[in-house]
Amino acid sequence: MKYLHLIGAALRRRKVRTGLTLLSIVVAFLLFGLLESVNSVFGEAGQTVGSAHRLITISRTGLFTPMPMSLQAQIRTVPGVEAVTGYTFFGGSYQNPKQVIGSMFAVGRNFFSLYPEFKIAPAALRQFDATQTGAIVGAALAKRYHWKVGDQIPIKAMIYPRKSGSYTWTFDLVGIYHARSPFEEQDFLLRMRYFNEAAAFGNDRVGLFAEKIGNPQQASEVAAAIDALSNNSGHETRTQSDSAFAVDFLSQFVDIGLIMHAIMGAVFFTLMLLTGNTMAQAVRERTGELAVLKTLGFTNGTVLSLVLGESVLLVVLGGALGLAAAALAVHVLQHQVGAALPMMPVGGSIWLRGGILMVLIGVLVGALPARRGMRLHIVDALAGR
Amino acid sequence: MGALVEIRSLSKVYERGRQRIEVLHHIDMDVQGGEFVALMGPSGSGKTTLLNLIGGLDSPTEGSLAVAGERIERLSQGQLARWRAAHVGFVFQFYNLLPMLSAQRNVELPLLLTKLPSKDRRRNASVALQLVGLADRATHKPGELSGGQQQRVAIARAIVSDPTLLVCDEPTGDLDRQSAEDVLGLLQQLNREHGKTIIMVTHDPKAAEHAGRTLHLDKGTLVGGELVAA
Repeated sequence: MKYLHLIGAALRRRKVRTGLTLLSIVVAFLLFGLLESVNSVFGEAGQTVGSAHRLITISRTGLFTPMPMSLQAQIRTVPGVEAVTGYTFFGGSYQNPKQVIGSMFAVGRNFFSLYPEFKIAPAALRQFDATQTGAIVGAALAKRYHWKVGDQIPIKAMIYPRKSGSYTWTFDLVGIYHARSPFEEQDFLLRMRYFNEAAAFGNDRVGLFAEKIGNPQQASEVAAAIDALSNNSGHETRTQSDSAFAVDFLSQFVDIGLIMHAIMGAVFFTLMLLTGNTMAQAVRERTGELAVLKTLGFTNGTVLSLVLGESVLLVVLGGALGLAAAALAVHVLQHQVGAALPMMPVGGSIWLRGGILMVLIGVLVGALPARRGMRLHIVDALAGR
Repeated sequence: MGALVEIRSLSKVYERGRQRIEVLHHIDMDVQGGEFVALMGPSGSGKTTLLNLIGGLDSPTEGSLAVAGERIERLSQGQLARWRAAHVGFVFQFYNLLPMLSAQRNVELPLLLTKLPSKDRRRNASVALQLVGLADRATHKPGELSGGQQQRVAIARAIVSDPTLLVCDEPTGDLDRQSAEDVLGLLQQLNREHGKTIIMVTHDPKAAEHAGRTLHLDKGTLVGGELVAA
């Protein structure tokens, strides 16, 4: 710590150059934070306590091919299945077409018992059962549109018109559920029974079944038994674990992992060249000063540490600012865009990975200049040779 | 009791490609503790090289060099660095202060290598600056000081850790006459009143007059010495 002012003085020596380098590091780690935030959605998809005990069944031909509701009763009879619920993607927009509510489903009455990670008050659940046009929404979604229990919410459906031909559905908000992250609090849930009675088509058909199983060790056998129910029928199914389904679901849109690694690889490679060049210049300019320090008795190791400390401090400072900016940006985006842009908050694990990356980059870009500083010959350096 | 600096048959050879340049040729020299010695000679005579060897900045090719009984030519790079920190204060022609640090911080530099707490480091640096008459310029950066003042800050840095030996390489070479006189007076004061042993390289006979003894080097050989009334 007693050398910190020496490192600080070295960084202040060329303020514009240090500032620009710092800015490039901030931008690189801002990008890192944002992409890691998106990537975390994949990593944590389905990784809830409830998901280990949950299977998801969809049509073998794809997520958007509906299955008959009657399959639910058959699935319930499969040994190992303790409960089953069906739900259908509804989809709609609020107030204007740009305010899309991407995660909107018609759900069965036992939906919340299959998703215990969604916390809902029992009274709200009873109200949901009792209200034909009832709806329950996630807390983050409610906050975004300033909805409160008792509000009537008009939704313009994306796919399903009412029997009257109108695409406008009006729901009564009877409850708000909470989950562990804002990303999971983006659902808009309406009653399957209301959907079946009011929709012009799609009645008595569902997009997905969720099954609660007693023993996760037997998930493969149970999944095979569920799929066997519809073998050789017109609605063959594919059953998989909740987490596998979540990853598959997100991966069908984009291979975000590959894109993220490609972008970050390019960004950090450029960053290392840029920062490495800055450090090399900084040390070259200070050859005489480093020689003076060595003259005074600073050992090679101390000079090495000073230069490495300088590069690590520069990258850590820029990186921390970048990640803080990413955290802020994710927070704002989650409230502005909501479920349309799946992102996890920039949490501890992203900070940890970012921190390790900062130190690693700092050491790598400082290594060569530090070695040069360490090995300089005092007499030659003082003579300007 | 032996001399503070004992040099025996000291040679230094530089090799530049195939060329072999003998800069110092079998030097024998003693400097007693408390002496103020001036080293004079024409350019290229080897006086700065000899000073660098005495200060432990470079290693001899042959011969022995003992300071306060320590054979410094036998020390490793790391040991030599620690030895310099503990025993030698350096004053250069061009001051060699760190431009981003205040005078106070520059003077504190050698103390960073000690175990002194920051409070003591600050106090000792203030005392050193006071001794060179620059207590009121402690917060000034080198760029805000005149050449003479910068050299006095450099002298404060050289003495702050109370070294055994001060080595000065043309300390007045970049100063006007008045500033040079001030700096030489200060060195003389450190020698007389504080008993500092000083070896100073200069090509200015007037500067050498401030020393107690002047040694002459020519073509890498010590050609003679004379006692000068200080």
